[in-house]
Amino acid sequence: MTRYILRRLLAMPFLVLGIVTLAFLLTSVTKGDPLTAIVSDRQMNNPEVVAAAKAKWGLDRSLPERYVIYVGNLLTGDMGTSFITRRPVAQDVLYRLPATMELVTAAMIVGATIGIGLGVLAAYFHNTVIDHAARLFALFGSSIPVFWMGLALLYIFSVQWGILPGPGRLDARATPPPMVTGFMTIDTLIAGDFRLFIDAVWHLILPAFVLGWAVAGTISRLVRANMLEVLSREFILTARAKGAGEFRVVIRHALRNTMVPTLTVIGYSFAYLLTGAVLTETIFSWPGMGSYAVDAARGLDFPAIIGVTIVGGVVFLVTNLLTDIAYVFANPRVRLG
Amino acid sequence: MAATTAFPRMTRPRWLTFPLLIGILLILFWLIATVAAPWMTGYDPLDMVGRRLKPPSWDHLLGTDALGRDVLTRTLHGARHSIPIAVTVVACAVAIGAFLGALAGFLGGFVDTVIMRLVDVTLSFPPMLLAMAVAASLGPGLGNAAIAMVIVWWPVYARLMRAQVLEVREREHVEAAIASGATQTRVLTRHILPLCWTPVLISATMDLGQVILLAASLSFIGLGATPPTPEWGSMISDGASQFYSWWVALGPGLAILTIVLGFNFIGDGLHDYFDPRSK
Amino acid sequence: MNAAPPLFEVRDLRVAFGRNGVFAEAVRGVSLHVNHGEVLGIVGESGSGKSVGMLAALGLQPEGARVTGSVRFKGQELVGLPRRTLRHLRGSRIAMIFQDPLSSLNPVMTIGDQIAEAVFLHNPDMSRKAVIERATDLLALVSIPQPDRRLHQFPHEFSGGMRQRVMIAMAVANDPDLLIADEPTTALDVTVQAQIMEVLADLQARLKLGLILITHDLGVLAGHADRVAVVYAGQVVEQAGVDDLFARPGHPYTRGLIASIPDMTIERERLFSIDGTPPALGRLPVGCAFNPRCIAAQDICRQTAPVTTGAPEHTAACHFAFQTVEAAR
Repeated sequence: MTRYILRRLLAMPFLVLGIVTLAFLLTSVTKGDPLTAIVSDRQMNNPEVVAAAKAKWGLDRSLPERYVIYVGNLLTGDMGTSFITRRPVAQDVLYRLPATMELVTAAMIVGATIGIGLGVLAAYFHNTVIDHAARLFALFGSSIPVFWMGLALLYIFSVQWGILPGPGRLDARATPPPMVTGFMTIDTLIAGDFRLFIDAVWHLILPAFVLGWAVAGTISRLVRANMLEVLSREFILTARAKGAGEFRVVIRHALRNTMVPTLTVIGYSFAYLLTGAVLTETIFSWPGMGSYAVDAARGLDFPAIIGVTIVGGVVFLVTNLLTDIAYVFANPRVRLG
Repeated sequence: MAATTAFPRMTRPRWLTFPLLIGILLILFWLIATVAAPWMTGYDPLDMVGRRLKPPSWDHLLGTDALGRDVLTRTLHGARHSIPIAVTVVACAVAIGAFLGALAGFLGGFVDTVIMRLVDVTLSFPPMLLAMAVAASLGPGLGNAAIAMVIVWWPVYARLMRAQVLEVREREHVEAAIASGATQTRVLTRHILPLCWTPVLISATMDLGQVILLAASLSFIGLGATPPTPEWGSMISDGASQFYSWWVALGPGLAILTIVLGFNFIGDGLHDYFDPRSK
Repeated sequence: MNAAPPLFEVRDLRVAFGRNGVFAEAVRGVSLHVNHGEVLGIVGESGSGKSVGMLAALGLQPEGARVTGSVRFKGQELVGLPRRTLRHLRGSRIAMIFQDPLSSLNPVMTIGDQIAEAVFLHNPDMSRKAVIERATDLLALVSIPQPDRRLHQFPHEFSGGMRQRVMIAMAVANDPDLLIADEPTTALDVTVQAQIMEVLADLQARLKLGLILITHDLGVLAGHADRVAVVYAGQVVEQAGVDDLFARPGHPYTRGLIASIPDMTIERERLFSIDGTPPALGRLPVGCAFNPRCIAAQDICRQTAPVTTGAPEHTAACHFAFQTVEAAR
């Protein structure tokens, strides 16, 4: 087992290098001219300004040279400077990563809760109205575009009914707490401001639901199939013969036996959550990596685009690795075998 | 208990499950819209045909947008962009992916390693982020967005195709063909590939919904279709800037929902059919 | 005659499975009883309804099954009892063990947790420490060496025989009055089978258990059962004390079962076996259910179903019960 994890860890640097290379190459076969983003339209005709800008951003070198420069800088933690914010990309991304992670974590909790709950219900009440309704709800979740869902829910819950707050991580008038972890829910607690904590949680509900619903479908489908299989196994009969109640039979005996594949699908749903986060953040003015990536892509801010893509890839890679390790630990037979 | 299997069910044809039926109907509707959109309403998708931002009425069933264009007309015309784009993207991704995957599986060795590492790395990115990065560097426009999506999507089919080829090449008839002296190309094209297509094509069909969703997402953030084009994603983006006129985003949103739902229903139905365990 | 009621009494038990309103009976009016401390053997081929019937008697029938008739435990009617009440009886007063000990144990829970669960489900006030002590004692009771160490292991770390011992330990955790053992040795190696039967017999005698031993192997019952009920196609076709049954089988099916017991002391050219298979659910032949396979079947057997005849302590359901038909060896 340790050997398996070690081998995976050893492969990591190569995969990261692959990610860096691919991200760099794909964004360098550019037809759009990044100069337009740095140099204002009026200055475009001024060759001196253009030349200076090119020299400063390294745009006049050949592709292999730029690649070597980029990787060299990356090793020292330098991802270049954003054309738009004029701050180091690494700093920007680090500053925005926690907001995305908070949103994605909350969405994962929502998605896993809904997904597991629906999957269990659907399997237990197999082929009844409850089963069909649960499957339909799950299917809708994976079919609705998150950006449209976000708009619709904002309109209904925030504008029409006024029961949930609008976009953003906190009320616009509130003073954010000092940044420690970058997780608003944790930082407000560290600052000891309980009302601000409630406000932060309140702001999380809608985006987390929008994003979580999308993965709830995948999770519930898998949980349902596995639960159906497990519920027909003989040890379920043993549990009932022991005198265990139905709740105990379903949760302790059946659900626990589906935890390994469930854990895996939750881990892998991370890719979808990161993808969905890009759009959800745009709708909810969430200052995370997603909205940063969108701004960068719209403004042809290449250092930022490459940086954010690399970080996204690495985050994704690490989560998948953690999922695989968790899989090994959660499965007693794999662990000892 | 064996007793429950003793009763065959004889109601509908066995392959036509209820979800499958709904899925087929939904897709059929949008296929009709793709062909017949110009004759389905009395308006032109690009013309200002009414007052600006009018809520739904009998004249404009889904209202008008910020430029006074009919939302229903634009929504129906959206199918003419989304469906051909999705089909093209999936077709190109399948062509590239299947070619490279078959090559990797059949030749093995160095070629296999190179292709599969490229697949691994590409699949290491969250798809949306990678598509955004590529689309941004190629510049705006639906065509560039399509190229970006092909780059993101081909590795999926490469993996699938390689697994298929690896499985089929072990079968006896392939060994017999090799033994009787057929050339490598002939073995691959005549004896292996014809048996590999089915799962790849099924999975490709299922993916059409996801590609439509991704294309709309790219357009929504401004990396796909350019302004006057009635593309669903950019129409929802218009709706987002006219936040209080909820109907502007309603039509395109429902369009994406129903078409993706249609593909998902079909996928679900096929899944039920091929995997009776989940029944 | 109005002495205490038997420990467990089943009367005219019927279990039917159905779809779209059409029901087919898997158990067709079974009546039998077990007294305190008695061992009743139920024998029949797989699919004869013997397991389904006993499960249904305890409210464990599969989804969609219809159960009618009467099941009394110490005089208390169980059919139609609320689920919760039934649940409190299961695992405390009435326990069960099943055929395949591997699939009967939860693969992701330790042996200790599974035995402890059986204990504390019916003793919610017991301290955690006491529960674990009890679990250890139970493992020792079924002769598993190093019980305190094995408590922390998972089912896949146990051998087949050891697993079945665990199942037995779990079943007797609350000193039940009745134990239903459904083919307890079928899935085990021949050498292990005898050991498990010994453990069961020993516990039965020590704890004065009423024991229902369900099996397809009449041979197993020879040394272990007090009385035997022979089941064919969802009905009891013969019921008698074990010695009486072997000495004077009244039903041709029983005779066939006896003849097919491998016997080391007699050399036979070829082991006898009953031709054909039991009828499928809902596909009963007209007349006696056994007639297509019966070597002594007459016209009447193909026309009317036989009634149960004989003295109360030895009954058989056959038109020619207790008659020696020359053709039947």
